[in-house]
Amino acid sequence: MKILVCISHVPDTTSKINFTDGDTKFDTNGVQFVINPNDEFGLTRAMWFKEKQGASVTIVNVGGPETEPTLRKALAIGADEAIRINATPTDGFFVAKELAKVVSEGNYDLVIAGRESIDYNGGMVPGMLATFTDANFVNMCIGLEIEGTSATAIREIDGGKETISTNLPLVVGCQKGIVEEKDLRIPNMRGIMMARKKQLTVLEPSTSESHTKIASFEKPAAKGAVKLVDKDNLDELISLLHNEAKVI
Amino acid sequence: MKPDLFEAPDYYQLDDLLSEEHKLVRDAARSWVKKDISPIIEDYAQKAEFPNQIINGLAEIGAFGPYIPEKYGGAGLDQISYGLIMQEIERGDSGVRSTASVQSSLVMYPIYKYGTEEQRKKYLPKLASGAFMGCFGLTEPNHGSNPGGMETKFKDMGDYYLLNGAKMWISNAPFADIAVVWAKNEEGRIYGLLVERGMEGFSTPETHNKWSLRASATGELIFDNVKVPKENLLPNKSGLGAPLGCLDSARFGIAWGAIGAAMDCYDTALRYSKERIQFDKPIGATQLQQKKLAEMITEITKAQLLAWRLGVLRNEGKATTAQISMAKRNNVEMAINIAREARQMLGGMGITGEYSIMRHMMNLESVITYEGTHDIHLLITGADITGLPAFK
Ligand SMILES: Cc1cc2nc3c(=O)[nH]c(=O)nc-3n(C[C@H](O)[C@H](O)[C@H](O)COP(=O)(O)OP(=O)(O)OC[C@H]3O[C@@H](n4cnc5c(N)ncnc54)[C@H](O)[C@@H]3O)c2cc1C
Ligand SMILES: Cc1cc2nc3c(=O)[nH]c(=O)nc-3n(C[C@H](O)[C@H](O)[C@H](O)COP(=O)(O)OP(=O)(O)OC[C@H]3O[C@@H](n4cnc5c(N)ncnc54)[C@H](O)[C@@H]3O)c2cc1C
Repeated sequence: MKILVCISHVPDTTSKINFTDGDTKFDTNGVQFVINPNDEFGLTRAMWFKEKQGASVTIVNVGGPETEPTLRKALAIGADEAIRINATPTDGFFVAKELAKVVSEGNYDLVIAGRESIDYNGGMVPGMLATFTDANFVNMCIGLEIEGTSATAIREIDGGKETISTNLPLVVGCQKGIVEEKDLRIPNMRGIMMARKKQLTVLEPSTSESHTKIASFEKPAAKGAVKLVDKDNLDELISLLHNEAKVI
Repeated sequence: MKPDLFEAPDYYQLDDLLSEEHKLVRDAARSWVKKDISPIIEDYAQKAEFPNQIINGLAEIGAFGPYIPEKYGGAGLDQISYGLIMQEIERGDSGVRSTASVQSSLVMYPIYKYGTEEQRKKYLPKLASGAFMGCFGLTEPNHGSNPGGMETKFKDMGDYYLLNGAKMWISNAPFADIAVVWAKNEEGRIYGLLVERGMEGFSTPETHNKWSLRASATGELIFDNVKVPKENLLPNKSGLGAPLGCLDSARFGIAWGAIGAAMDCYDTALRYSKERIQFDKPIGATQLQQKKLAEMITEITKAQLLAWRLGVLRNEGKATTAQISMAKRNNVEMAINIAREARQMLGGMGITGEYSIMRHMMNLESVITYEGTHDIHLLITGADITGLPAFK
């Protein structure tokens, strides 16, 4: 089985978010980047398929040279080889188009992407990628088993779970649950040493098509001051909720 | 113990001075410390017990001889990688870092540098994987700062050496499988001998009741007519320069390690100062606490630069013993001062094991004493700049 894991390179969750260029660009100054957490869950599941079922694992990213440390880390965790499409990922459509080309040319059986990236949270790439490659698609995937060419996937749905039988080729948009946090791997020294010798292929993009453009970003309003109401003073609480907060 | 929320300070964007691989190695060590050291270390320090279960993890992150070539089981990394690993481990605990320093710089390093090919092949891969743990016996009851006066001696008996004497304050001694022991031959020349657990007449009683490095095991090495096979002598270097070469390597690691302890204290105090409200405002909004924090980050930044530059010099094979002394002395003092100030910033909370600060503070009392005391390093600098040694 040939697996492709789509890796998005995102700011660490503890980063302070600011914008530049008239609030149209994310300010990367001083920001640490990591593997998108949903993708790391997916990569960890892919490692399981590699170890238990002899799958090969390729990772791919659409991004500039600054994403290579993230790819190198994924190689140190155990992926076999990496591909970087050398382009600024201008929107989900563009990224999915570029990824589709890699999927088709590499004949991958299973494509594991994250449900969404934690930076732009578009949640579009996996679905579009499945469409462009004419593959089956399961989103919100929290469990995945493969046997031969059939797959059983568990999907999170409102208030419960849904089990789906489907076939390869398959694209999944995965999230926590496909593996748990405790299953995530820290690259060990052997892995880091081996990653030095693994192939990281850089390809030029084949299209420049994108359909959206960010007009501007806005941060949520800063938290206002807190008013404390004595526990015996319910009337005051109700009056504040009604007249000031206007929520009841 | 509180959850480990550590965020490493990098005020001068010194990450830009590091390679992609340096950062990968460091971040792996950092994640491992968060996962496997922080949750357990306070408990082991309180019990005064070394956590044996971490040996495998230390080996996996490359804490044992990362700069030893791959063909002997090491990772073939540079000196800065070694420093960064020590920094991250000591961010967790100086005692755990001591175990890694001893294994790397004081056991693997002399076997690699002064040993025969057979000795390298026999011991290094096992030491790198943690299958064997080692210790380093230089200090004696009557000779600490002046190791050249050592009394431990060995005699050539024809087909073996007969070793007699005692070493004191030896990290890892209680559980070590092998000891690199420095002793004088009949002509009074110092050599390193590999003494293995189980050799008759060799015992390693544990030193109890330490108030510092409580999660590291310390003991004595006692040699009562121990017959050491001749092939266990490290032949390629002799004289006091041989153990001192090992100390250069270990002290370099300590100069980095101390930064880790300081970062942890600073990070904890910074977070606490923003959360702790007194007189209706966070204590971090007061000038006195800001002075402490501002001075801490300034000192950490200077120490980082010193360590990084020393790493470059060591990579180029140009770092002198005196330069290493300066970095060890400066950075450990910087860390102990930060630990003491941070301790006070946490008020009563700084006294408990809920926070790591007081453990760091007490650990650093050993770190400022071992591998050359604070005074001795100053005298090394003094001798270097004046050409007039004051300690002899
Ligand atoms: C440097 C930079 C500049 C950008 N500039 C713009 C801009 O000018 N205008 C604009 O509209 N947007 C811009 N973006 C945002 C960009 O559109 C999205 O990051 C990208 O399209 C992914 O879309 P998404 O967040 O919707 O991903 P999602 O659909 O939420 O991602 C889901 C999954 O798809 C995969 N995936 C997503 N992105 C990638 C990728 N790049 N490579 C490989 N796999 C991926 C991952 O598995 C991920 O978990 C920029 C992003 C970056 C990093
Ligand atoms: C927890 C711990 C672990 C250790 N692990 C090891 C180990 O693994 N292997 C090992 O070999 N050793 C180890 N040591 C020993 C350590 O290296 C010695 O304690 C250290 O070198 C100081 O020696 P000393 O204790 O004999 O002090 P002394 O040398 O007696 O020094 C006492 C004081 O006198 C000062 N002093 C000494 N000479 C002079 C001088 N000429 N001028 C001015 N002041 C002077 C010193 O600075 C110090 O303040 C360890 C020590 C500790 C506490």
